[in-house]
Amino acid sequence: MKTKEASGTRSDPVDTSSAGSDSEKKPEKKVRTPEQIRRRDTTRKWGEISLFSGPALIVFLVFVVLPVGLAMYYSFYNWNGIEKLDNFIGLDNYRRAFGDPAFLHALRNNLFVVGMSLLVQFPVALVVALVLNRRFRGRNVVRMVIFAPYILSEVITAVLWLLILQPRGPLDAVMEHLGLGGLKQLWLADLNLVMWTVFFVISWKYIGLAIILFLAGLAGVPQDLQEAATIDGASWWQVQRRINIPLIAPTIRVWMFLSIIGSIQLFDMVWVLTHGGPAGASSTIATYMFQYGFMRSQYGYGSAVAVILFFLSLIAATVYMSLVLRRDNANDTNGG
Amino acid sequence: MGAEDVSTMTEQKTSNEADVRVRRFRLDYGNILAIVVGLAAVAVTLVPLIYVVLGGFRTTWQLADNPAGLPHPWVFSKYGSVLTSARFWHQMLNSILVAAGTTTGVILLGTMAAYPLARYNFRAKGVLYVIFTLGLMFPIGVAALPLYLLIRDLGLIGSLWGVIIPQIAFQLPITIIIMRPFLKALPKEIEEAAQIDGLGRVGFFWRILVPLARPAILTVGVLAFIASWNAYLLPLLILQGDASGHTLPLGVQQFQTQYSSDTAAILAYTSLAMLPALAFFTILERRIVDGLTGAVKG
Repeated sequence: MKTKEASGTRSDPVDTSSAGSDSEKKPEKKVRTPEQIRRRDTTRKWGEISLFSGPALIVFLVFVVLPVGLAMYYSFYNWNGIEKLDNFIGLDNYRRAFGDPAFLHALRNNLFVVGMSLLVQFPVALVVALVLNRRFRGRNVVRMVIFAPYILSEVITAVLWLLILQPRGPLDAVMEHLGLGGLKQLWLADLNLVMWTVFFVISWKYIGLAIILFLAGLAGVPQDLQEAATIDGASWWQVQRRINIPLIAPTIRVWMFLSIIGSIQLFDMVWVLTHGGPAGASSTIATYMFQYGFMRSQYGYGSAVAVILFFLSLIAATVYMSLVLRRDNANDTNGG
Repeated sequence: MGAEDVSTMTEQKTSNEADVRVRRFRLDYGNILAIVVGLAAVAVTLVPLIYVVLGGFRTTWQLADNPAGLPHPWVFSKYGSVLTSARFWHQMLNSILVAAGTTTGVILLGTMAAYPLARYNFRAKGVLYVIFTLGLMFPIGVAALPLYLLIRDLGLIGSLWGVIIPQIAFQLPITIIIMRPFLKALPKEIEEAAQIDGLGRVGFFWRILVPLARPAILTVGVLAFIASWNAYLLPLLILQGDASGHTLPLGVQQFQTQYSSDTAAILAYTSLAMLPALAFFTILERRIVDGLTGAVKG
């Protein structure tokens, strides 16, 4: 009896409803000990919890956790997605990936986008945000327009720029008109240039997000700090460097995190712009995975590439969280 | 003595006024810079968009002859043929259905899941929350291949449900992360009052909490809608087959490959496909920005 009680407190509601069937129910109803009331409340609570969180948990486990787990499982097999899954090859898929120059090139391209985002997008977005952080006529319109490309899908953005950048397209025409015809390039077909073009298009779409996030951070900086510094004779740049930038550092770090994760997972934009071409020059880990895993039906190998992609994001996220976000949280608790 | 005091005071006053004048001048200077930078940013953003919209009013011959010119004469047939094509409207409808289904599912499941995590005390609460938040680390790309096989085995290839259900699953983490603190912050007194009035915790959730949480629900809803509207990889895998079964991003991409020689038609198709997103954005801009900055802080 004692063990049954203990198990009853923790099991799901189905269990107790059967326990409360006729034979046991009657004596319990006469005298309810506090222990029994507590037990009933606990089961009821667990019933509610599973009712509320259960559906989401099931959907999440089946369609997020299970596929990721399966990817790890498949990655140890040589498998085309149809035949029996019995050709276990250990770590061969991983060895193959790291021995394939095409994969390493894709990896380098992802790192290129990560690095360039931090080196180019970040300073540009920061300066624009600092300059725009004031009241001026048309401020709301400017903010809204700058942010608009973020709402467009990567596919539409890519098609739009595909048409602008095509040979004999509008960009070439404008360059000729300005007497810069000599600088015309095959923007998306030049092996050495294509990643720069891809990076430009990514920046066009995503820099607005950075600017708007920074502006939101700046709106939280107390006005009197800036005013006090200005009265004390600090120049505009000194106010930015000593007050505004340090105070929005948490926002900046969060943006960096989002940018790094996004750059590692880059797919849609590149796939529509170039399909990873020419000759794999603009491929990313995700386009490489799609090409091998899906189009060539190498599900085992594709899964191994997906797992590598996952671990890259995970490493970036963990390092980031432990180094940076924890510090922010610590500061928050100290300050609050 | 007194006269001296007065004179220093007036001196101070004038120097203060000078300060203010200098500061005001400096602010104006900054305003000019802000307007110049703002206009430049607006131009960089808008020119490509305007090119696409105007290009749809030209013929492909006009575009080839003068790629950067204005429509001359204005041609309405390209937009007309897109607007009268069943394919375009099918794709629009599919996008709307997928986005609406995803949004509804995410709001329902996400808010329900966040409720115990916010307002119950139970063992494994922390673990449950961590499980959901870890989902943020699983990009859809990592799960794509097994997810495709799973959907195939469920017989949902080509079905909108095959896109909607996984999208709900992948949108749950961010939804729960935004909803939980919001539900948590609602004062305990409301819950006690509800209990005294005889509402159980389930009744409290539906009758009190959900109506109060409307701002947060709107935020997560908008985020889910945008994510679904713009999704590409999953529809690409799942919605194979006829173009009328595609969503708009797939449709635009396919139209572009299929009619690559008819630039004007692609421009018309693209601008009509981006219009709903831009309209949606203009109406809900505040909510979207708040949602994103909130999600980032959360």
